[in-house]
Amino acid sequence: MALRQCAIYGKGGIGKSTTTQNLVSALAELGNSVMIVGCDPKADSTRLILHAKAQTTIMSLAAEAGSVEDLELEDVLKAGYRGIKCVESGGPEPGVGCAGRGVITAINFLEEEGAYDEDLDFVFYDVLGDVVCGGFAMPIRENKAQEIYIVCSGEMMAMYAANNIAKGIVKYANSGSVRLAGLICNSRETAREDELISALAAKIGTTMIHFVPRDNVVQRAEIRRMTVIEYEPQAKQAEEYRQLAIKIRDNKNFVIPTPITMDELEELMMEFGIIDEVDESIVGLTAAAEATA
Amino acid sequence: MTALTREETEALIQEVLEVYPDAARKDRAKHLTVNDPTIEKSNKCITSNRKSLPGVMTIRGCAYAGSKGVVWGPIKDMIHISHGPVGCGQYSRAGRRNYYVGTTGVNAFGTMNFTSDFQEKDIVFGGDKKLAKIMNEIEQLFPLNKGISIQSECPIGLIGDDIEAVAKKASKEISKPVVPVRCEGFRGVSQSLGHHIANDAIRDWVLENRDGDESFQTTTYDVAVIGDYNIGGDAWASRTLLEEMGLRVVAQWSGDGTIAEMEKTPKVKLNLIHCYRSMNYIARHMEEKYKIPWIEYNFFGPTKIAESLRKIAALFDETIQAGAERVIERYKAEYEAVIAKYRPRLEGKRVMLYVGGLRPRHVIGAYEDLGMEVVGTGYEFGHNDDYDRTIKEMGNATLIYDDVTGYEFEEFVKRVKPDLIGSGIKEKYIFQKMGIPFRQMHSWDYSGPYHGYDGFAIFARDMDMTLNNPCWKQVQVPWKKAANEPVAVAASA
Repeated sequence: MALRQCAIYGKGGIGKSTTTQNLVSALAELGNSVMIVGCDPKADSTRLILHAKAQTTIMSLAAEAGSVEDLELEDVLKAGYRGIKCVESGGPEPGVGCAGRGVITAINFLEEEGAYDEDLDFVFYDVLGDVVCGGFAMPIRENKAQEIYIVCSGEMMAMYAANNIAKGIVKYANSGSVRLAGLICNSRETAREDELISALAAKIGTTMIHFVPRDNVVQRAEIRRMTVIEYEPQAKQAEEYRQLAIKIRDNKNFVIPTPITMDELEELMMEFGIIDEVDESIVGLTAAAEATA
Repeated sequence: MTALTREETEALIQEVLEVYPDAARKDRAKHLTVNDPTIEKSNKCITSNRKSLPGVMTIRGCAYAGSKGVVWGPIKDMIHISHGPVGCGQYSRAGRRNYYVGTTGVNAFGTMNFTSDFQEKDIVFGGDKKLAKIMNEIEQLFPLNKGISIQSECPIGLIGDDIEAVAKKASKEISKPVVPVRCEGFRGVSQSLGHHIANDAIRDWVLENRDGDESFQTTTYDVAVIGDYNIGGDAWASRTLLEEMGLRVVAQWSGDGTIAEMEKTPKVKLNLIHCYRSMNYIARHMEEKYKIPWIEYNFFGPTKIAESLRKIAALFDETIQAGAERVIERYKAEYEAVIAKYRPRLEGKRVMLYVGGLRPRHVIGAYEDLGMEVVGTGYEFGHNDDYDRTIKEMGNATLIYDDVTGYEFEEFVKRVKPDLIGSGIKEKYIFQKMGIPFRQMHSWDYSGPYHGYDGFAIFARDMDMTLNNPCWKQVQVPWKKAANEPVAVAASA
């Protein structure tokens, strides 16, 4: 099987890293050889696989050694649960330097060092929050990830973010082979969440590939720095991640997304009662002004 | 060749514009004009200080060049860190020939390159820590430095390093001025913004340092020379004249200058501006804050020198006015001898200029003193206040070109056929290969000084030896020469 490269995007705090690691564990359980590339300076994309606090990153090792050219692949690549290969690009503390450049440097290093070997079935890029600059779009440029999965929930901001990411994908889809492969709903238990995300998916030209329900076992496993798949393989939630893994393995639905306008998105949210119809007469009015009006 | 008429010059501009695509032609048309000295405001005829068109081979520099290369670099007792990757500092090192007195590496640092030499990790993790470390090392290795300036290269602005915080902390630690300058190269349309940013940094981090300190003994004849970069010794040749007329030069900005002089400048009675473009900002600021008047002057060629000396003297008492006359009288025999020697060799020769700062207008008088005529001029990064001052200096129907492109300059030269071109290093070899005498007028072609009476003698000699060099008679290629001569019959075997 040819190597499939997938990138996971989504609003910050939506559960990208947790979902990715559980999904990857399930794929490994199915007998796939998988690598995770963490593209977030926080370096928390591999901790559940490695049972580690935070993996030593490419950029911090490079800074120690002098430059990235001084590193070897084995310095940065660690194997964890079921032989899943783990790598973290790393980057600066919040508020300094250029995290985007860190991602570019790290991915170039992996390519040059031959990290993408022929035995791999999947590579997953776990990318920070939004595509804020060119560096964080690195995983979806030419010859990198071809499939993008967006993790979202029925909350307003998560949907805004999903639609924005779809806009980013369009840019690179038109010039390369990257495609949107589906929305993963990581449930926040909002009203009619599955219907809403399915409707959003349909509007932007894709599908909700799986609805991952909320379950406290995920947190219990995380405290132990483990995925649910490893911590409690019999759990109902582990089964959910397995289903997600199978659906992604069998997924053929790769599209150039059709992101919708802000108005369309708000209409959709109104339809599902997430937001009320905007009363234009109160826009910009303070509480005091409203009281006297 | 006789001068072009107004109509011919206008037609030439149109013809040159012809090759551009529509949008480019429309844009470039605004930057080219035929001079009319009766116009008061240049914005009626020319647009300047706009973004260059891509692909036209502009001759401009960047904001870093304006700050580090022009304004800050010559301050000899400070160390100027080129903050970022190594190239910006290394490829501009010592190229401007700002002469200074001092022992390089001990108490003067003008020709050295200090850089933070950014690597990939500095971009990703930020360069603030490295910068702080560099300043400690500088203090250890070069303890006689009188301060440090941080000249930002492009990446600093992109990764958001807090160089101001690092500067403040370091300044406290070493008890010397440490000046952060946000002169990232991508800012603005040319080096001009870099001059402005550098002036603002002086205003914010240097000028107030001695406010309230009255220990400096002032006199009524204190002046500062602003905007003389001492290229090839220019400022020295100027300073002597001012001192001989009885003025006391407290500060030289910034050629052979020191930070102490800059700090004392708010105490002077008058600021004298030579390069208006790069330092008018600080002069205006001192006028507003310290009520120090300023005037522009021109020390190229005896006519302009005498005019300037008298204009400066008029702002002082009779002692100084008599001093100015004395100076002019004293050098009269000398400069008349220069004119007597060179004018006959240069009379009637036509010059085209394309330079930066002040030279496109300031050197016109020096050429005229030698009987030469400037028939085309333009600024790399001038603003319209520069052109306001230029149209009066130039003859009727001469060519004026702003941010001229490589193509336009060549075409103008082919048609106008000047006897001499004065421009930069990138233009030099093109025109020399076209067989036209050329002087590099940024660094005086490794010569100088050109300011003052001493400088005029060198200026005249340089123009003569370039223009009348026998090599120009040898540049015709043999096959073209052969065509004009009787064809030699090849000897048959």
